[in-house]
Amino acid sequence: MSDIKKKKHSKQTVNAFINYGIIICFFIIFQILDSTGTLGSSLKGQLIPICSYIVMALSLNLVVGISGELSLGHAGFMSVGAFTGVIVAQSLAESVPNGFIRLILALIIGALAAGIAGVLTGIPVLRLRGDYLAIVTLAFGEIIKNVLNCLYVGVDAKGLHFSLKDEVSLHLEPGGKTILSGPMGALGITKLSTFFAGAVLILLVLFYIQNLVNSRPGRAIAAIRDNRIAAEACGIPVTKYKLMAFASSAAMAGAAGALYALNYSTVVPKKFDFNTSILILVFVVLGGIGNLRGSIIAAALLTVLPELLREFQDYRMLVYAIVLIMVMLITNNEKAMTTVRGMMDAFWKKTRKEAK
Amino acid sequence: MLSYLINGISLGSVYAIIALGYTMVYGIAKMLNFAHGDVIMIGGYMAFCSTSYWGWPAVPSVLFSIFVCTILGIIIERLAYKPLREASSLAVLITAIGVSYFLQNAALLIWSSNPKAFPSMINLPNLVIGDIQISSVAIVTIAASIIIMIALTLFTSKTRLGKAMRAVSEDKGAAQLMGINVNATISMTFAIGSGLAAIAGVLLCSAYPTLMPTTGAMPGIKAFTAAVFGGIGSIPGAMLGGILLGIIEIFAKAYISTQLSDAIVFAVLIIVLIVKPTGLLGKKMPEKV
Repeated sequence: MSDIKKKKHSKQTVNAFINYGIIICFFIIFQILDSTGTLGSSLKGQLIPICSYIVMALSLNLVVGISGELSLGHAGFMSVGAFTGVIVAQSLAESVPNGFIRLILALIIGALAAGIAGVLTGIPVLRLRGDYLAIVTLAFGEIIKNVLNCLYVGVDAKGLHFSLKDEVSLHLEPGGKTILSGPMGALGITKLSTFFAGAVLILLVLFYIQNLVNSRPGRAIAAIRDNRIAAEACGIPVTKYKLMAFASSAAMAGAAGALYALNYSTVVPKKFDFNTSILILVFVVLGGIGNLRGSIIAAALLTVLPELLREFQDYRMLVYAIVLIMVMLITNNEKAMTTVRGMMDAFWKKTRKEAK
Repeated sequence: MLSYLINGISLGSVYAIIALGYTMVYGIAKMLNFAHGDVIMIGGYMAFCSTSYWGWPAVPSVLFSIFVCTILGIIIERLAYKPLREASSLAVLITAIGVSYFLQNAALLIWSSNPKAFPSMINLPNLVIGDIQISSVAIVTIAASIIIMIALTLFTSKTRLGKAMRAVSEDKGAAQLMGINVNATISMTFAIGSGLAAIAGVLLCSAYPTLMPTTGAMPGIKAFTAAVFGGIGSIPGAMLGGILLGIIEIFAKAYISTQLSDAIVFAVLIIVLIVKPTGLLGKKMPEKV
């Protein structure tokens, strides 16, 4: 018995280390490619967004895959983290001159703010179930986008000023600057994000989720997903664990948002709308619900895919849509899957024979 | 005040017609058809093409738009959703999103992203009562939604096909045992929903006459919200939810803030769902242990 348990544990640990290995390998490969200059400029610009989308997909997988709740408003938390991160980074520009430390501060405070938003959203949301929960997360995402769309933030010698009306009502002292200006978003952001920071963030998030899954709270969360009533009867505090998964997922999304925003010089609230939430859900579902490695691969591939489809030009989003539908139809069809598996097996056998 | 109310009911009627499509499809296929909003957009473009390019009069062009959308609904159901009948609801959801992307981008290729000025289909004089002026578009919209509502209620309660639809949404397996063709019934539901989407598209574009490939997206989300608001799966619920949502939106725009109106609409939805988790007219699901 103990032998079996030990073996299972070691398999999970191996799996976890493979995931860390993949990220580190990719980081090193892309660093080398970058330093030798073989990396195309369009792909190079995509590195940090890919990192942040991977973190988004991983964190959403915690909610959808491990906690079993469909969330359609994940971009809302990304947006909270992004703008909080921008405010932190911009307002500390003078007191903390070191860019990297400022980035870390922005990521941490962005994550905290998004985590708080996650708790506030989670308390009402998690009382609902199924499609109702999905629609309320969607509604929260839209509310966050809408409020940020009319939020004005400025900084001067006295500190931060907030307004929901316009730039003038911030009453900034001379020498103060506006950080957020409503629908225009954040302008003139100093680019702080680095590929290194992105890779480290992915590793941290992976570390957190993989350890959570194999811990007591993680097993409780999975038990609630599999049968809420049975879990409740066993004395598991359902709301506490659901909220834990939801809020930590929101916090990770916030860090991803801060990383994303500090990679550009301007960010608008409209960027983090319903379509972005859906995009991340697509990563999670295509990668396999509950499968972390799948999320990483799907997020990276699907972020690059529109770039790879560049030769189709105008048709590329159309092709993207068709690819998406085809993948869903094939992976959910037993007959097609057996054909694909058969083809894969035949291909491997052939390559092995040739290698011999 | 009264004119805001009428505007609200008129906008709400459009939401209600779209929400009916969502709710019927959800009731029968237990899926969130995210492509529904884009069918509205296609309906709008069809009416636009037939009037502006081919010079058709209003009534035939609306009928043409309904026809095209109905066929489109059946094709989408056959190609994309039918193979996934046994799959998880998330898989179906992602496929629906794929279809939505497909329709938006196809429209982008055919009609480009430039907004098209939608021709006025409803050329009737505005109604003036005292010092209140009610636009003819609002009257036609409200009248259309009432007619649709009555027709749908009669259809589902009196006709054989309507009864079959209700039976399938109640219990698919039992309905099949009773000799109901489940696949045909689901196809028909999609056809009716898409036809309604075409009408909603024409009405929406008559009230807000700019047509873009993304025109359907936001009304789609809001109508979906309306369907949940009223209790998803319930036809009167969709109607009530749609109209209430429209009124709340117009009043929020008029009295609180134009920019925050969407946030207020969604906040009301959240409060309603917290108080009554199955929506206003939703059936209470007993919990099985």
